[in-house]
Amino acid sequence: MIASLCLILLCQLAGEIVVRGLGWPIPGPVFGMLLLFVLLLLRDRASLFSVGPLQGGGVETTAHGLLAHLSLMFIPAGVGVVQRLDLLAEHGTAIAGVLAISVVITLMVTVGTFLVISRLMTRGRPTT
Amino acid sequence: MSSNPFALWVYLSQQPLLWLTVTLFVYAAADALSQKTGRHPFANPVFHSMWILAVFLLLTGTSYTTYFSGAQFVHFLLGPATVALAVPLYENRKTVLAAIVPMLGALVVGCITAIVSVVLLARAFGLPEKVTLSLAPKSVTAGVAMGISESLGADASLTAVSVVLTGIMGAIIVTPMMNRMRITDYRARGFAVGLASHGIGVARAFQVDAMAGVFAGIAMSLNALVTSLLVPIAVTLLVR
Repeated sequence: MIASLCLILLCQLAGEIVVRGLGWPIPGPVFGMLLLFVLLLLRDRASLFSVGPLQGGGVETTAHGLLAHLSLMFIPAGVGVVQRLDLLAEHGTAIAGVLAISVVITLMVTVGTFLVISRLMTRGRPTT
Repeated sequence: MSSNPFALWVYLSQQPLLWLTVTLFVYAAADALSQKTGRHPFANPVFHSMWILAVFLLLTGTSYTTYFSGAQFVHFLLGPATVALAVPLYENRKTVLAAIVPMLGALVVGCITAIVSVVLLARAFGLPEKVTLSLAPKSVTAGVAMGISESLGADASLTAVSVVLTGIMGAIIVTPMMNRMRITDYRARGFAVGLASHGIGVARAFQVDAMAGVFAGIAMSLNALVTSLLVPIAVTLLVR
């Protein structure tokens, strides 16, 4: 488990180094995710990469363990609400209204676009 | 020895140990409750943990900085968890590859909708410009949104709060809304909630359906990329 965690942190670290070093506008962990994905693909193709946490489902188990508690990790940032009570007292209702309407619109538009494109694609293809 | 319980409190309340324990305890209790209700959307563990902890800090007069000294260990895991999304992505790569075109289309349209809708609504509601700017990146994960907010000269801590609120709202509303709209494609449902409500949406999607969780994770990661590129452009066009 420690080796798997270490591999995940190494990917994140490499992601930060590349992103900061090249001045790319993407977050380091997102690039780290791409790195880990490529490593997993390489593992299936070359035995050279099938070592340590990359073999026997090591990194998979640790990753699923982390993702099972994704909700927990947002709590510290959310509790930051105590720092902004003054602003929320003044604009709280408007902010909550804006966010709620925007979320509903975003969900509808995104799910709609996904379904429309996916239907257009299956229609263009002969059905088997 | 501990003849003075107040002295003991003064000592403990400055220690990371207490705040980390309280955070985990409140979350474990909220999560157990959520499980008991069969993952009812309104029993959202993030929402209930957040207000309970906030009330607790206010009642005990604890500063957020002191609280964060303990909670930072949990906050830190957001980065490694983002990297860990590579694993479900890898495991479902064939399904994902088959849906690459609808995903990219929904990504671009959804991302623009998320930014433009919040900026226009904030102006319609008469919010000050600084608040509007702070809300603009609300659909991406906390760390990224705060970075965008800082680069715009907005209020990063207000951004963090609006990010978490957006996440909770999306996670609560997505299941009843999608059921009402009779959408049964869990790829589309997951992708939408990951795009609109980042990690909290992803966590919700994994509770409902594994495939939805995978698509939500991809949407969250891709949206972090695209939003960092689009928010500065949108703000220039819409606000200034």
